[in-house]
Parts: sequence; structure tokens; C-alpha cells
Amino acid sequence: MSKPVEEIRIGVYVCHCGTNIAGMVDVKNVADFASRLPGVTVSREYKYMCSDPGQELIRQDIKEHRLNRIVVASCSPLLHEETFRAATAKGGLNPFFFHLVNIREHDSWVHENRQDATAKANALVHAAVERVRSHKALTKKQVPVNPAVLVVGGGIAGIHAALTLANAGKKVYLVEREPTIGGHMAKFDKTFPTLDCAACILTPKMSSVKSHKNITLWSYSEVSRIEGYVGNFEVTVRRQPRYVREDLCVGCMECIDACVFKEAKFPNEFDEGLGKRKPIYVPFPQATPKVAVIDPDRCLNVKTGKCKKSCVASCDRGAIDFTQKPEDRQIKVGAVVVATGFKAFDAKRSPQYGYGVYPNVYTSLEVERLVNASGPTSGEVVLRDGRHPKTVGIIHCVGSREEHTNRWCSRVCCMYSLKLAHLVKEHSGAEVFNFYIDMRTPGKSFEEFYQKLLKEGVHFVRGKVAEVNDWVLDPSEQGKLVIRVEDTLLGTVRRIPVDMVVLGVGLEPHADAQEVRRLFNISCGTEGFFLERHPKLAPVNTFTDGIFLAGCCQGPKDIPDTVAQAGAAAAEALALIDSGHVELEPNTAYIVEEECSGCKSCVPLCPYKAISYVEDKKKAVINEALCKGCGTCVGACPSSSIKQNLFEDEQVFSEIRGVLADV
Amino acid sequence: MSNESEKGYLYFPGCSLKSTGRAYEESLLELFRLLDIPLQELDDWNCCGATSYMGIDEEAAFVLGARNLSIACQTPGRDLMAPCSACYMVLRKTQDYTSKYPQVRREVEAAMKRADLPMPGQVKIRHPLEILYHDVGAERLKNLKKRNWLGGTIACYYGCQAVRPYSDVDDAYNPVKMDELLRAMGVQTIDYCLKTKCCAGVLTGTVPPVGRRVNYILLKEAVRKGAQAVVTICPLCQINLDAYQKEISAESGERFDIPILYLPQVLGWMLGGRKKELAFHRCIAGRRYLNEWLRETKEEEAYV
Amino acid sequence: MERQIRYQREARPAWGAEIAKLPGCERLYSCIQCGTCSGTCPMSLYMDYTPRRVIALIREGFYKDALSCRTIWLCASCYSCSSRCPQDIKVTDIMYALKREAIKRKVYPSRFPTPVLAREFYRLVKMFGRNSEFLLVFLLTLKTNPLGFLTMARTGIALLLTGRLSPKVEMIRDAARLRKALEPKEVA
Ligand SMILES: Cc1cc2nc3c(=O)[nH]c(=O)nc-3n(C[C@H](O)[C@H](O)[C@H](O)COP(=O)(O)OP(=O)(O)OC[C@H]3O[C@@H](n4cnc5c(N)ncnc54)[C@H](O)[C@@H]3O)c2cc1C
Ligand code: SF4
Ligand code: SF4
Repeated sequence: MSKPVEEIRIGVYVCHCGTNIAGMVDVKNVADFASRLPGVTVSREYKYMCSDPGQELIRQDIKEHRLNRIVVASCSPLLHEETFRAATAKGGLNPFFFHLVNIREHDSWVHENRQDATAKANALVHAAVERVRSHKALTKKQVPVNPAVLVVGGGIAGIHAALTLANAGKKVYLVEREPTIGGHMAKFDKTFPTLDCAACILTPKMSSVKSHKNITLWSYSEVSRIEGYVGNFEVTVRRQPRYVREDLCVGCMECIDACVFKEAKFPNEFDEGLGKRKPIYVPFPQATPKVAVIDPDRCLNVKTGKCKKSCVASCDRGAIDFTQKPEDRQIKVGAVVVATGFKAFDAKRSPQYGYGVYPNVYTSLEVERLVNASGPTSGEVVLRDGRHPKTVGIIHCVGSREEHTNRWCSRVCCMYSLKLAHLVKEHSGAEVFNFYIDMRTPGKSFEEFYQKLLKEGVHFVRGKVAEVNDWVLDPSEQGKLVIRVEDTLLGTVRRIPVDMVVLGVGLEPHADAQEVRRLFNISCGTEGFFLERHPKLAPVNTFTDGIFLAGCCQGPKDIPDTVAQAGAAAAEALALIDSGHVELEPNTAYIVEEECSGCKSCVPLCPYKAISYVEDKKKAVINEALCKGCGTCVGACPSSSIKQNLFEDEQVFSEIRGVLADV
Repeated sequence: MSNESEKGYLYFPGCSLKSTGRAYEESLLELFRLLDIPLQELDDWNCCGATSYMGIDEEAAFVLGARNLSIACQTPGRDLMAPCSACYMVLRKTQDYTSKYPQVRREVEAAMKRADLPMPGQVKIRHPLEILYHDVGAERLKNLKKRNWLGGTIACYYGCQAVRPYSDVDDAYNPVKMDELLRAMGVQTIDYCLKTKCCAGVLTGTVPPVGRRVNYILLKEAVRKGAQAVVTICPLCQINLDAYQKEISAESGERFDIPILYLPQVLGWMLGGRKKELAFHRCIAGRRYLNEWLRETKEEEAYV
Repeated sequence: MERQIRYQREARPAWGAEIAKLPGCERLYSCIQCGTCSGTCPMSLYMDYTPRRVIALIREGFYKDALSCRTIWLCASCYSCSSRCPQDIKVTDIMYALKREAIKRKVYPSRFPTPVLAREFYRLVKMFGRNSEFLLVFLLTLKTNPLGFLTMARTGIALLLTGRLSPKVEMIRDAARLRKALEPKEVA
């Protein structure tokens, strides 16, 4: 029985968007033009279609004029497609009988000639009017959400997000690459601007992570694969062998004493190489988990198989296990929080500052360890040559705000340089010079901190240091490092001899950020930090639903902002999980079974692995839940048996006919 | 030895190498003879314009460069060696600007048309330091070594224009290729942190007190770090450091008498070259040390 | 007493914008006034305005100071600033642009030898196609500091004795065509 042919009654709404559109497009002309097109029953222009009265207009017209198709010409679908679909539904129509035309981003904002812009708006509206005729009623699919969350990276961001989620009763997997969680913050002595002890505020959180019943902590591990989609991710985590069994080790460190290496002689990464460790070690006393780890590149037994293995004998719990192999764990989660943090700029890339050439040139992170009571010198500021510095120069913006290295301002370096000035002065009594380009202290209590330092008698020289070296012009410079800089406030070049130079290195993305980005199918900005969906309105979301960002992996920031963002990411993940299900856009592809020849050419093409081949039917099928509607298979099918909702041939062709109709 | 050095190079001497920098040309030609690498002087080359032209008439400066490049392109297939750092930089800058700025390119095109000269195509402009380092290589130099260097520790002074923008000789702040070559040959070199600080260029002539002070600083630091000679790769650096040591000594009250040599002089000597051919007699300062260091014994002469 | 104030009517920001349009000067407005250029410049300690301040003068359109300052003539073209500037500003090329502007408007310091040398050099090369260092030094000293012959003598003699200075002027074969290429643009 053939369906009675329904009469097409279209409503067209042209939005002014204040002057955003009306300033460049003659909206009245567009509405008039649309009103003359076949099938258009109502055509209006309105100041703000997205406002309540604007939406109400659509609802009423559907009722009054028995409209069965809606076209709105306004802004980008990213902003208001959902708004107008809802308004359409309110009028009693299936929301997919609606189509949005973008005459703002695609038209008024990018053109300079009013006449041309208006002609383009007309063409776009014509196309939509043609297309919307063949729209069909569609429904969104609902899929349940897995209530567990994966947090990647155990810095302060990952720790805070994990605890927030776990406290809300959700199952959390926290995956950390290093042998311990804590990230950069664990290395600091004090934190700006309050100068509270970093360990005192961080280590309680670290041990809560360890003891929380809802958190599974996998350190020394990395995510190696992730598949699936929002609400239903399948994740593989690779656990590196630490050759010490986590379930048995209690962190007594007997094994470390017993190691055949009597001296700790390898640079300890946690101490930025200033302290030394053995092949078997615990990075620092509060490491979490407090489980020893064996460095495969240093351990005699791992490297050569020839060692007395005195560590094994020393452990009465039998925790040391050289048979460990990398292990893969499979988990299922509904959401992911990426919190992989940052890497400090490599100071060798700015050769003019002599890092690696002059031993008394340090990076800020090294000095964090030097002033740290539990650091390699127990908080005493001693130089590599054993001397105590009398004058210290701290250089801001190393690697930052530079075309040749990193263009961005790293946001925390001014403040941590002030902090280090204070701490170095306090610990050593040295005369301290800070060299800055612009003093950036925009956070809460930051300016007050700067004032405090000004009063403490720290010198502030406004100028980017040109070079640090050891040439002597004046006897007073003998045996010193000389900082050459224009004091831009005095307007002259100065030479300042110092004993120690501290480089305020900037924050940059990890070297493997691109691989991590690809793994999680998220984007990076030009600088290489992970990109948020919207810089203002979706700062912790990514372009992939269900994957959220927290902390410095999204861009440089201080601890307060990191924690705030981690809380926000946790809240977004909670909102997703607690909604119980996700709705999937119905713009998916489907295979018309009778027409499929079973050639399989589409199967390997799908970037989302949504197509499988059913052997007994000899046909391909598409998993709607996995299909992202990219259309690759639709174009590729040699027998044209793949169709896509909202992009049916008739819809696409009529759209093209429409846009070309008035050329 | 690379392909390039088998083919040999076109050679752009520049004005200085024909006068105040003669020792550079003479020693370079001798070194390349010892290395058996043919050099062909660019026919009827003109002055590169140096630093002065650019400050008066930019178009003219690029035209001077373009004419030389145009001549070079008439002998295709060979790289163009420009030993004077100023020439090297200006020729490279000409290429850079004519390709990056259409406005410059149009002007140069018009000028070349007026003079009925073809616009230059692409020719690779090379500095001898970088040719010696990459095309010849430390290995080959070592194999050809005939003599040890008896001249004590050396400060390698790269100067400015050879390593700055438009150049690909070495790092702009901390170049090492000269040090590496000499060290490979068994010569001790100091860590000379002023190795790319400018020698004041023509200012030594125009504003002598400023120029001499700059060179005083360069010499003083080299000596302080234990250098007994400075090795250069640019005629301007050489003359500035060499010719004013008496005045500098008088003004500073410190005594400077230290040989300022060209890299090819030192390498040429170690490959068995003759004092005369390597033009050591053109040095002004430190002659008594040179006499002591450079002894052409009978046995050594047999090698040549 | 001299008043230390700059009135906005003395400024011509549009002039600065013109400079920024010249080849090599395009990044002028990116300057963050960090002073790296001045700090690395071997000559800045003799300059009346450090290179950084010259950039500021241009940007704000204080053309008189920017063109008549000693700075531009003390620049040795060592390109240290250009290779170090964090904003990739070709400071050396901006110095060149100012030199040309100053010569065009004849506002350079009159007896200051650097512009004189530049001019004499320009003339010699245009005439012969090559530079004669002998003639150049002679002309320069004559024009700026006739008494300077005495102080130059020692160096001159040393150079003559080592065969490094010759009064002979070299000329290229094709000087005529070169001159044509260097002619001002009237043909174009
Ligand atoms: C010298 C210095 C001093 C500072 N001082 C202060 C201060 O006083 N006050 C303040 O507020 N801020 C300060 N900051 C800023 C502070 O360090 C950051 O705000 C904070 O560390 C950001 O935390 P995070 O968790 O985002 O990143 P991180 O601390 O970098 O932690 C990221 C974690 O993720 C792990 N990881 C990385 N990649 C992976 C992966 N692929 N898989 C698994 N795990 C991974 C890392 O091992 C690390 O443990 C300072 C920064 C520096 C450089
Ligand atoms: S170095 Fe560059 S950015 Fe800094 S003051 Fe100089 S020109 Fe400006
Ligand atoms: S090029 Fe000129 S301004 Fe720049 S650093 Fe060298 S001398 Fe100074």
C-alpha cells in the first residue's frame, strides 16, 4: 500500500543575530526570497531566533500553519542545532524534519560585500529548502554508560580527579607512567603564593589514593590501546615489570641496602639527577605506592644475568621476582580523564645561558630539589662545586615567549621564580637578582607575593638576559658567571657577576603528546597541548565525547587552577555517568542488505572499526553504536548499497540543485 | 671525500682577499692544492657590497650580489665558495631576499635586464669552514697530516657573519666545527665563549676607540683562557685582531703580541705546506712566535 | 634646562608603519621590549639609544630621534640581535632601513665617519666594480679627520710592509654594464 503523498509545508526563519548577520546580510531580502520558493508556507526574519520568543515562533507556526519542515538560517550547528531541534519537537514534529543553515560563520562573518553576502545566504537557504523536503523522521539511539572511569596521569590533576570520582562512589582506574604518583608537585618544597609545604598538602592525598576502596592504582603502567565510544570504552593497560611484587613488598628498603652496588651512583630522576640512587630504589620516602622498583637499564642481573642477587635473599617476604614480564590488563570504562601534565623546557635548547656548560647554571626544577628539606642536600643551597653562593641570578621566561623555542607564556614561571628567590635567600642568605620581561602575577594573592619579595630586598631587573658566560672584564668578575642584560628600566646594558644562575624554564607538552593524542583520538593545539572543545564554554571537554582533560596537559597552569580543572573534569565525567545513558546522533550509515554483494571492500576502510562481515549471510553489517557518520564507506561501496541517514543521495543532490538553482 | 669536493668549487675571493686578506687567499689556495681539490675563480666578479651598500641602497646591494650569482650560474653544477664571511653572508642574503620578497625580486630583475644579464638560478653558496668539515672531513685531513702543530693552544674565533641568519655553517651561538677539525688534528683549543662576538667590522677604521676596545676584549679573554694564537675564518676579523695589537697594548697597558692566523694556514701547515705559500709572512703580530713554531726541517720538506 | 617630555604631535606612527612595510622589517610590531638585542649587541654600550629603544622609537613614530641617533651608525651589522631576538625581528635589517632613510633625508650626524665611509665605498664600487681599501681609507680620513693620517700611519705601514695594502685599483672588465644595473630606476 503506497503512503498518501504528504503535502510539503516548509517554515523558513532567518535570524539577524543582532547585527552579526543583519550587519552584512539583507535578512529581509532573504526571507522574501525564501517565501517565493515552492513548498514554503511561512517565511520570517527575526532578531534572535535562539531566544525563547524565537523558538516559540517555530512551535506556534507548526501548529497554526500545519508546517511539516523547518529551516532556520542562523549560526553554526555546533551552537544551536539542538536548540532548534527541540523547538521543532515541541511543535509536535520529529526533530529531524528540521535543517539548519549557517549564514553567520559561513557568510556574514567572512564576507565584505553586502550584496554578495545576501546572494550567498539566498543560495544556502534555497539549498536547505530543497534538501529538507526529503528528510525522514529519525530517532536517536540510547546506549547505557559504563560507570567506571579511567584517569591517565597521577600528578595533582589526576590524583584530585580520581579522588573526587571515587568519593562519589565511582570505580576509578588511575594509570601512572612513573613508579610513583605525585607528578611535579611532589618535588617541590613550598608552593606559591602561600608558601605552604607541598608535601604536607600532597602526600595525604597520595595515600588516600592508595587506600581508597574505589581506586585501582597502576603505577609504572601506560595505556596502550583504547577502543569503543563515549560510555563504553575498552582499554588495555600495559604494566611494566618492576621486578618487585606489589602485593608482597612493604617498602622496608632492606633490599636497597643489600644491593651489590654498595654506593648509590646513578642519578635519581626524582632529584633531577642531583641525588643518587641504586638500581633498586624507592624514588622518595613518600612514594606511592611505596614499593621498590628495579631499573632494568642499571640492574646487573637484568642486564647480564650475572649477579649474586643479594636483594632477593635480603627480602624475607620474597617480593623480588625477576621472572616478571610486561602484563596487559583489559578494563571497561564509561569516561576517561586525561591528566598527563607537562614537561619542563630543555634548557640546553637556549645555549646562551650555558646550561650543561657551566656547572653552576641550574634549572628551576633542580633548585626546587636543592631547597627541599628532603632533597639531596637536605635543603642546603650548595653548588655543584661545593661552594655556597653569595649572589644568585634567576632568569625568567627561559624557552618561553620565543619564536625559536616556545611561543607561549608558561604562566607559572614568574611566580615560581619569585618563590625560588624567597627560598634561596632564606636558605643561603645570598643576594638574589630576578630578571624578567614582564612580571605576570594575575592570580589570587600573587601581586601581594610580589610586593613581599620587593620588600625582602630581592633585585628586580627588567630585561631578558642576553647571555651567561665566564669572560672577565673586571677583576670583580673573576671566577664568577657573568649575566649580560639590558636593564630596560635604566636603559643601559649591565654585567652582573653571580655564583649561581637559575633558569626559569617554561612548561611544554610531553615529547609523546602526539602519540597520546592519537591514542585517545583527541586534538592538540598548535603548541602541542591537548585541545579543549571550547576555550570558554567547554574547557575540560575534548572533541571526543567522554574524554576529558585536567591539568597542565591542556596548557600551563598553577596548582590551584589544576585542581579546579580536575574537579571540573570529574564533575563532567560524573554527569555523563549519572545520566545513565548516552544518545547517539542518528546520522549513521546502514547497509541495504539485499543490495550488498559481500565484497568486503568497506570493512577495512572504516576508521572506527564499525563494519564487520557476517560470514553465514555473506553480507557486511554496520554497528550503529560505533559508526561516527564519516561517510567513508558510503562513498566507497561499489554497489552503492550503503546509505547514510541525513545524507541520503536524494538529500545531497537536492541540496546541490538548490544551491545552484539561481546561479 | 664527497662528490662536491671531487668536482671542485667555484671560488669568489672578494675584495679583501686580494688586499688586506691576501694571506687568506694564498693559504686557502695552497690548502686546496694539497687536498687536490680544484678551485676556479669566478670570472670578472664584483665587490659583494659588504655591510656598507645595504645601508645606502638596498636594491644596489642585492644587484651586486645578483650579478655575481648570475656569473656563477653560467658554470652550473658546482658550489660557490665564499671565504670572506661578509661576502658569504651578503650573497646568501641576496638569495634569501630575492626569493622571499617579490618586491626585491622585481627590482633586481629590472636591474639585471638593464645590464643585459640573466637572473641567477640556484647556486649553493658555501663557506670553506663548512666545506672542510662536511665535504673534506676530519678523517681525510687526519690521513693527510704531515706535521704536528707546535704552536700551542688555539682560540677558534668564528666571528659573526659566518654563523648568523642566512648561514648554515654552524650554530649561531656556539659553533664548534673549527674546534672539532683542529682537535681532530691534535691541536688544543680553548673554550672561547667570545667566539662569535663581533670584531667591530669597519668600525675599527671609522670609530677607532670603539673598535679597538672591542678587539682588546676579544684578545684579553683569549689570552686569559690560555690561548697562544687565534684562528679566524674571515679577513675582517683577522685584520682587526692582528693589525692593532700595538695600539691596544699601548692603550690598555697590557702587552699583546699574539699571532692571528687563518684556519687554512694552520691546516695547510699540518698537511706539509710551505711557510711562504701559506703566507705566514703577512702576519703582523706575534711574528717571533711564528718563527719559533714553524720550522721547516729537512725531513719535513721531503714530504711536500 | 631641557624639558624631558614628548608631545604626541611630534610622533608620526604612520612613519613607523611605513618602515614596517620594508623588506625585513615586517615583524617590527612584535617587539616585546625584552632587551635581548641590546644585551647581546657588542656596540650597545656606545649607543645613545639601545637597539631596543630604537625599535620603540620607530613603533611610536618618533622619527627624528630614530633617524638622527648615533646608534644606527654604530651598528656593526654583526646580526647578533637578529639571531637572538625571541620575536625573530631582524633588528640588523631595521638598522639598515634607518640608515637608508637617514641618508635619504640627510639627517645623519655630519662628521661621523661611518656614513661617510659607506658613501665613499658606494661610490668606489659603483665606479670600479671592486673596492680599493687603500683609496677608501684615504678618502675617509680626508673627509672626516684629516689629522687622523698620523694615527693611521703605523697600521698602514705595517700593512704595506706585509704586502697587504696596495695603491693599485682593481677594475672589473664589465664595469660599464654593472654601472647600468646600478643606475637608478629611471628605465623601469
Ligand atoms: C619549577 C616549578 C615550580 C612550580 N611551583 C609551583 C608552585 O609553587 N605553586 C603552584 O601552584 N604551581 C607550581 N608549579 C606548577 C605545577 O607544577 C603544576 O601546576 C602542576 O604540577 C600540574 O599538575 P599536573 O598533574 O597537571 O601535571 P604533572 O605534575 O606534570 O603530573 C602529570 C603526571 O602524569 C604522568 N604521565 C605523563 N604522561 C603519562 C602517560 N602517557 N601515561 C601515564 N602517566 C603519564 C607523569 O608521570 C606525572 O606523574 C611549578 C612548576 C614548575 C616547573
Ligand atoms: S630582542 Fe627583539 S623583542 Fe626583544 S627588545 Fe629587541 S627587538 Fe624587541
Ligand atoms: S647587528 Fe648591530 S644592533 Fe644588532 S647586535 Fe650587531 S651591532 Fe648591535
